[in-house]
Amino acid sequence: MKDRIARPRGVPPSVTALLRALRYLSLRGIAIFLTVLCGIYAAIWVTNLGGYADAQKIWEIEFAVGMTPIQASSNEERQAIAAQMVESMIEAHDLNRPFWQRSFGYFRDAFTFSLGRTGMTSPSGSSDAIDVITERLPPTLLIFGTANVITFFGSLIIALFLARRFGSLIDRLATLLVPLLSAPPWFHGIVLIVVFASILRILPFGNIVDARVSASTFGYVLSILKHMILPVSACVLGTLPMAVYANRALFLTHAGDSHVELARAKGLSVHRLQKRYILRPVLPPVITSFALVAIGSWQAIILTEIVFSWPGLGALLIDAITHDEVAVVVGAVTLFAYLLGFTVLFLDLIYVLVDPRIALGGGRNR
Amino acid sequence: MIRRILGVIRRYPSVGVSAAMIAVLIGLSIYTLIALPLPKALSMWRAERDVWKYTPANARPAWTNLLRQEKLPITFIIPTREADTVTEPLNETLSSQTMRLLFTYDNTHLPSEVVFFFNVRIGSKIPLLTIHWIRPDGMEVELRSGPANPGPARELIDPSAVFGAVDQHKLTIGTGSFGGDGDEEVLPGEHMLVIKALAFDEGFALDGELVVYGRVHGLAGTDTRRRDLTIGLLWGTPIALMFGLIAAVGTTLLGFVIAAVGAWYGGWIDAVIQRLTEINMMIPFLPTIMMVGWFFSSSLWILLTFIIGFSILTGRLKSYRAMFLQLIRAEYVEAARAYGASGPRIIFRYLIPRVFPVLLPHIILGVPMFVFLETSLAFIGISDPNLITWGSVLSDASGVLYMRSYYWILGPMLLLMFTGISFSVLGYTLERAFNPLLRDR
Repeated sequence: MKDRIARPRGVPPSVTALLRALRYLSLRGIAIFLTVLCGIYAAIWVTNLGGYADAQKIWEIEFAVGMTPIQASSNEERQAIAAQMVESMIEAHDLNRPFWQRSFGYFRDAFTFSLGRTGMTSPSGSSDAIDVITERLPPTLLIFGTANVITFFGSLIIALFLARRFGSLIDRLATLLVPLLSAPPWFHGIVLIVVFASILRILPFGNIVDARVSASTFGYVLSILKHMILPVSACVLGTLPMAVYANRALFLTHAGDSHVELARAKGLSVHRLQKRYILRPVLPPVITSFALVAIGSWQAIILTEIVFSWPGLGALLIDAITHDEVAVVVGAVTLFAYLLGFTVLFLDLIYVLVDPRIALGGGRNR
Repeated sequence: MIRRILGVIRRYPSVGVSAAMIAVLIGLSIYTLIALPLPKALSMWRAERDVWKYTPANARPAWTNLLRQEKLPITFIIPTREADTVTEPLNETLSSQTMRLLFTYDNTHLPSEVVFFFNVRIGSKIPLLTIHWIRPDGMEVELRSGPANPGPARELIDPSAVFGAVDQHKLTIGTGSFGGDGDEEVLPGEHMLVIKALAFDEGFALDGELVVYGRVHGLAGTDTRRRDLTIGLLWGTPIALMFGLIAAVGTTLLGFVIAAVGAWYGGWIDAVIQRLTEINMMIPFLPTIMMVGWFFSSSLWILLTFIIGFSILTGRLKSYRAMFLQLIRAEYVEAARAYGASGPRIIFRYLIPRVFPVLLPHIILGVPMFVFLETSLAFIGISDPNLITWGSVLSDASGVLYMRSYYWILGPMLLLMFTGISFSVLGYTLERAFNPLLRDR
């Protein structure tokens, strides 16, 4: 983006900024989309292990034919018929072309989500793979969204609080606590289940609503909220300490900047100092580091869903893998790749909102 | 060097503590490798033959008795050779043999199971065998009566029927003790197992043992398959450490070298590395590894290769690259370039050693991350069948989390936490020690 958008006369600067931001976002969007496509294609290669899965499929066909009784007069004839059956089945499964040729077909089906039917059924009773997958998306987004919003704002607030009291007892305690809590969310999840569900019996073990949920919308929402407490807490416990630690380090690093020193010398209050002079310039790197946390929590959510039997995408993926439902597996993995891409794009959007270089159009080369 | 390390320990006492914790883990691993070789451990873990004949199922760790007012029973075995045996010949061939096994049971909890294992040898005719249990209150419970076939046999005895202070009604119906906590009222006192045999020839012999299974066993308790969980916990340690260390060292070093190469050569090499990193970050890591585990091979070493492969080109690489890009402009690198040092020489002799101290905390922090990753995979069922890991113990336990068998998850969870905490504390402290911006003022 070396060339600048020339600002015609009479156009207010906010419009230019908006145009600039839109342009940046759309370029990023295209780049991320292309990256996601490459990621999906790479995932197809990896999961087929460069054709290994095909060899296994052919072996399965041969085994199935070997188990089928064939009526024939002689042994040679029987073998010929069997060979023909294997041949036609290989053709029917489109296995006679080399893998790299078929990989494009898989790829097209995956990224357009034309997955066909599956042996699994969605909660609403559909057996289209795409329905099975999309109906599991809202519960996952519910947990992921809530947990990440809490982690993002929680880590900012706590890190600011700790940076203000740098070196105090509470700061030292917190930095000590970070490594003590550095376990993945599912691990915290098991502990939370044992404490709150099994021993104290105040929160449910898992699932998304009570088995006997009240018919009213209010009761339904209340039940979901109650079931959300533990999984969301587990996700937050798994990501918050690291985020707080990283943000605190960023704040402390920038607290020594010369413009902050100057503001401090002018006698500004600590709150004003933090808000205007530290938080603002630090936000872009904070968001960059949070992007990594968010990407990581997409991985973590799969196991958290298993632990809490939360009916989301992660649990579906494991179900599909264990039942060899390839269509659902491919679809779910593709969806995960898209979700990763959207997460990055969304954080880019926030980046645009807080980065003065883009919003103010300072004309710096990016 | 040593003085410098001591200096760091003096300045940051947590380094010493966490290093000691890691030393404990390494010591435990070495002890396991020596004391319990893998083939032996595996054969025990697969519960081959009758390895766990005398261990109770679902037993709590023995140390839990220290915390309880009312102690839980431990397993005891009474062989028939300790029995008071009376043989009286009735005529030339016919003889009767009576064995009385006497013991006192004072525990306030029922045993988890009671089994009489016995082996009958006969001559040519099948003897008649009756087994009775005489309770402390004098009540007699008939356990078996009839012809005894040769060979090993076992008599399963309902603990609540013979130890419980239950009424006659319950005796006939049989309440069973399955799943119970042994909270039923227990009749204290002397019990007697009476085995009466009517043998029709000389060849008859009976030997056996009464096993009264307790409710506590060993350091870590047992699972539903009677396996002593200590084996799983012990063997999980070296595997977790090995996996974590190899993965952490591998990914960090390789990422580091690749970042240095990209930063130094720039141009298309750097561009390719950058684009590959972005693509790799969009591949859903865990689902892909799961598929490799399910469809290809669940061998730990193959998984490790894939995990390292996917973990090199990540956000970490980008931060290393930024570090190197700064360093390339340093005067001493300029000087090296001026006197004509080759690219590899500058990368390996000038760039990498300079930034190396930053690596150490990253490697150390990576260890628990990969240990947890291995456990996560095992938790969803992707575990090497030829190895025993904490994750496989946890995965077995997760199904019975609701049965209040907390001890089962306690062991692996505590060990995982211990590993996680020791490496994280060391890593974070070293990071602070090496990074002047984070140092406590």
